[in-house]
Amino acid sequence: MGKHGIKVLAAASGGGHWEQLMLLRPTLERYDVRFATTEPALAEQRGIAGAHRLPDCNQNMPLRSLQCALVALRLVIRHRPDVVVSTGAAPGFFCILAGRLTGARTLWIDSVANGEALSMCGKLSKTFAHQCWSQWEDVAAETGARYFGAVL
Amino acid sequence: MILVTVGMQLGFDRLIRAMDDLAPQLAAPVIAQIGKGTYQPRHMDTRVKIAPAEFERLVEQSQMIVSHAGIGTVLTAARFVKPIVLVPRRAALNEHRNDHQLATVRNLEGRPGILVAHDEGELSERIAQAGALPAWSASQSPTAVQLHQALARFIEGNAA
Repeated sequence: MGKHGIKVLAAASGGGHWEQLMLLRPTLERYDVRFATTEPALAEQRGIAGAHRLPDCNQNMPLRSLQCALVALRLVIRHRPDVVVSTGAAPGFFCILAGRLTGARTLWIDSVANGEALSMCGKLSKTFAHQCWSQWEDVAAETGARYFGAVL
Repeated sequence: MILVTVGMQLGFDRLIRAMDDLAPQLAAPVIAQIGKGTYQPRHMDTRVKIAPAEFERLVEQSQMIVSHAGIGTVLTAARFVKPIVLVPRRAALNEHRNDHQLATVRNLEGRPGILVAHDEGELSERIAQAGALPAWSASQSPTAVQLHQALARFIEGNAA
């Protein structure tokens, strides 16, 4: 299934990050996409079966973050996506890091909630992802992220 | 039904009071989630908090949302394709720590389905405009079309 057979891993935490990934869903589903999220029940609510579970974590939770990084790495090694996309937050960033290790092309789309500065993971993604996009033109101009529109 | 929400973190009495004053003149009943505000509405069905699943159900049933300029609510409105009227919180009135909601409305104003009442005096007119909006969808906004196209180019390995 999926146009060109391109394998995409699309990852986002529950809440606003997931909402934004869902707004991108029509484009993502043109490819062979798998979703990963901290709240698979939310995915099921939207009719997405088999979304992968990522442990929730943030920068203040070192052990959970390590656990999340390992889960992301196992997921990426198992599915070998060609592309990893995340709309945030830390668990999605770990998917991007894991994607880098397995040779995937990686894209961080910083949350539309970050209208004045990039998130912490957005800043890291400027270094670690192939591309980091802000959804705000001014933030992109100030930070060196790129701008290609917004979910809204 | 019109759904009013101020989010979970802070009260927003200026918005709640203005909506309570308007409510008797509106054609639809109003449900207001008032959070930690102290003003007690008299003309609206009032809730302090609304659990996420219940909130989604109410959004789905509503004809429009009136809200502080919180991105989470804007995204939910976009998903259910409901018009949303935003009133930004102002730091000078102690409604938030800073004026980021002013930046939010400056950037979102004019996008499909999003109307901005810069202060409570504009609310009534914006609500009337939101009620008269033709069918729309967030995915039709020019910036959303641009993002979808750029994402497709990235996935297909073409230079973005």
